[in-house]
Amino acid sequence: MRRIIVRKDAYYDSVFLMLINQDVKKIDGIQEAVVAMGTDMNRDLLVGMGLSTDEVAAAGPNDLIIALDGSREDALKAAEQAVIELLQKKSASGKGEEFRPTSLQSAVEQMPDANVALFSIPGKFVAREGRKALERGLHCMVFSDNVPLDDEIRLKKLAREKGLLFMGPDCGTAIINGKPLCFANVVRRGPIGIVAASGSGLQELTCSIDKAGGGISQAIGTGGRDVKAEVGGIMMLTALEALAGDPETRVLTVISKPPAESVVDAVIETLKKSGKPSVVHFIGARRREDTGSVQFAPSIEDAALMAVAASGGPAYQAAEFSMDAAAVEKIVAREAAGIGGKQKYLRGLFAGGTLAEEALMVVHEVLGGVYSNVHPNQQFRLEDPSVSREHTVIDLGDDTFTVGRPHPMIDVSIRNEQLEKELASGEMALLLLDFVIGYGAHTDPAGAMASEIAAARKSVKDAGGYLPVIASVTGTEADPQVLSRQKRILEEAGCVVLSSNIQAARLAKRIMEKVG
Amino acid sequence: MAGDNIRTLFTSELKAINLGLESFSETLRREGTEAVQVDWKPPAGGDEKIAALIDRVENNPKLKRDAANDEAVSRVMRSKPTLIDIGIAADVVPGMHKKLVLHSGPPVTWEKMAGPVRGAVIGGLIYEGLAKDAAEAEKLAASGEIEFDPCHHHDSVGPMAGIMTASMPVWIFRNETFGNYAYCTLNEGLGKVLRYGANSQEVIDRLKWMDTVLAPILKEALAAHGPIDMKNLIAQVLQMGDEGHNRNRAGTSLFIRELAPYLVMLDRKKEDLAEVFRFMHTNDHFFLNLTMPACKATVDAARGIEGSSMITTMARNGTEFGIRISGLGDQWFTGPASKIDGLYLPGYSEKDAARDVGDSVITETAGIGGFAMAGAPAIVKFVGGSPQDALNVTRRMYEITLRENDTYQIPALDFRGTPTGIDLFKVVETGVLPAINTGIAHKDPGVGMVGAGLVKPPVKCFHDAFAAYAEKYGVAP
Repeated sequence: MRRIIVRKDAYYDSVFLMLINQDVKKIDGIQEAVVAMGTDMNRDLLVGMGLSTDEVAAAGPNDLIIALDGSREDALKAAEQAVIELLQKKSASGKGEEFRPTSLQSAVEQMPDANVALFSIPGKFVAREGRKALERGLHCMVFSDNVPLDDEIRLKKLAREKGLLFMGPDCGTAIINGKPLCFANVVRRGPIGIVAASGSGLQELTCSIDKAGGGISQAIGTGGRDVKAEVGGIMMLTALEALAGDPETRVLTVISKPPAESVVDAVIETLKKSGKPSVVHFIGARRREDTGSVQFAPSIEDAALMAVAASGGPAYQAAEFSMDAAAVEKIVAREAAGIGGKQKYLRGLFAGGTLAEEALMVVHEVLGGVYSNVHPNQQFRLEDPSVSREHTVIDLGDDTFTVGRPHPMIDVSIRNEQLEKELASGEMALLLLDFVIGYGAHTDPAGAMASEIAAARKSVKDAGGYLPVIASVTGTEADPQVLSRQKRILEEAGCVVLSSNIQAARLAKRIMEKVG
Repeated sequence: MAGDNIRTLFTSELKAINLGLESFSETLRREGTEAVQVDWKPPAGGDEKIAALIDRVENNPKLKRDAANDEAVSRVMRSKPTLIDIGIAADVVPGMHKKLVLHSGPPVTWEKMAGPVRGAVIGGLIYEGLAKDAAEAEKLAASGEIEFDPCHHHDSVGPMAGIMTASMPVWIFRNETFGNYAYCTLNEGLGKVLRYGANSQEVIDRLKWMDTVLAPILKEALAAHGPIDMKNLIAQVLQMGDEGHNRNRAGTSLFIRELAPYLVMLDRKKEDLAEVFRFMHTNDHFFLNLTMPACKATVDAARGIEGSSMITTMARNGTEFGIRISGLGDQWFTGPASKIDGLYLPGYSEKDAARDVGDSVITETAGIGGFAMAGAPAIVKFVGGSPQDALNVTRRMYEITLRENDTYQIPALDFRGTPTGIDLFKVVETGVLPAINTGIAHKDPGVGMVGAGLVKPPVKCFHDAFAAYAEKYGVAP
């Protein structure tokens, strides 16, 4: 039973519509729901799903298509009503109270003292809008991905010329003047200034600093490509220079996937020139020798602790775990005891890309090789990111999982679906998870997975085995989801929750070693 | 030094503009940061062909579009439309002759004319004595003996069907700055009137009375008064709740006040003078036929400026909506006339409505009408109901216009000038269409007005015009 409606000239942002899709599909009796603009791609999609009509075929990119497939008439009715309400929620907030400009130019007229522009529009339009923003003297933060490399280089050169920040593309998080931009956590303010070419890495770092009692002056994201040779670290260097001159910033911290060698040299040079104590962590790269005022950290968490120490906090001490060795041993023994039968492999399902990579580095060597869709070594790359092989760590933010749906930090169903697959294989010996909270993320990621975790543990137990679930929560007490609340929900579902991602990975490693 | 701007950011209050996901601006607001959410759309609404045309235009370093548009819109500002006289069309309107019938909108043939326009043509031919009755008039109209041409081709404008024939009296306007002229018939009132396609004896009789009594009396009074600066008058009515298109109550009142002392001094029969007063008083739209030629005289001064993408004409003939562009000569770009999204008079509904018709959209072209909606709270029902909706209609128009008017102001927007000079480029880029207020005619000739509302012009004519603009002024694809 189908219901298909086309609304002419009703443009909505695709991500906004995806969120609506997600809600509507949950309605009992609805098999398929597509609420989308009439682009060529979407129309093809509807043809493929058997949900096309003449009206759909005639729709243009400015027309909204609502296509519903359900088992009952009342379900279709409820779904249609839900879509309309969700769409109106957006327009209602603008109606009668607030005027919404349709262009950057008129937004600037409305707010002449605006100083930053945020972009989460399709990547191919970033060049045009970003240039306009820079020309008007606005700092930019670009959440959008799929921005052509040439565009990124041109825009960053223009930004540098004008002395402006151009964060991104694909920059998911930043904290400017204590305000969270896009995906970010509510952290204490303080003297540590951060420049990061990694989204979830930056979140883990700022939260670890917060947990250790430190505070952030500014946290600037550059987008992952900034440190590649083609871009040359333009924004990383620009941001570091700005932080070097910022009196509120007393410690500089850099976190990034391994940059091009030329960029590494320039970064170190800039840090040294700043005269401020600096901490650097290149995720997944060999730890370098400290040089002058620049210290290299072995992990994100260590980088946080070193930075806190440099900013006047407790002295840095390398430690594998926050809890003492005996407590760790007790947990390892308890969690390893029941694993048996066909249960052989570690399975890590990650929402944060950098967190997945970090965990992979920890477990890879010890377990004699771990497969992953983000493995730097081709030999260990998963052929199909959604099909695990032996020990596996999956970054669920991979494009394979996010076509037509939001990132797993927002859409928790992606991970729940993958968990079902892992369970079905019967090979899973241990489940390793990350939870990222804060602004932008799901309003209750732990709660949205708790019943699935508990059910998974029960089904393994029923089959005569035991499933340890090891997790960490990237977040703070001040986040809307509240760190301690998320932790408690997970513990009640049977998870062992560690205080950082790397500690969770280390514990998982120890348990797997114990099982042998 | 380069870092200065960034360090300024660090010490300033964060103020954000957000293009895209709304939750990002909600986050900022929750954390106490001001954020403007942009209702962003892809350029040209995601139309790749148009986006490519935009690139062609933007990538031409030789095209001085901004300067050309600046010249065009500054001509609009500098124009001084002045009511100078009343004359007979055949004597004053360029090219007018006995067998020429002028109509509103872009060119249209008798075969393709909408019902109300045909009705008005028939009435016009009877009025001119070229036909005895409707049947004869229809035959004559179809014979090819009668020439049809848009008012706009003859320095004229006409509301609704916009029919002007040789014997009709017309207002004469001169643009004192640039010396160009504009003409328009006198408004006949509401109900069964020629401009809505009525052509009964009652209609013809009223037209004859206008010839013999109304026009001569007003002409004499005007001569005694001297030329009237219409720009000044329109500026006043915008501050009295009119927007100059769908509401003309203040304007009609002011006009009566302006002429009253001269009318009463005329050596005319009291009964006739009283009838003239009453005629104007009972027709709130009497002033519309004065704002229209004032706007026509104003915008015509900006025609033909090389490189300018300013829209100098918008007009509808009941079949098609057409526009002309300053930098593209006299070429029309058309699309099908739309149905009007409006409110209906009791007893009528959408199914009675004719398609969009009339030259009155010249008011929007000149920066009033729908563009000054924020100044007309009495008619906000047409745009959603609340005064805020009316404000938003006007504010939206700043997105597609070149300048704020230096004379026409909106009290409710802190006396901000009305959005003036529609830029075709901006229309195409933002996908924001001009907001046009309009009356709705009955689809059958002779019934009259059945409602009023807001009309959405067809996107096609803007896209076609832009394609032609890119062809002439853009770099090669």
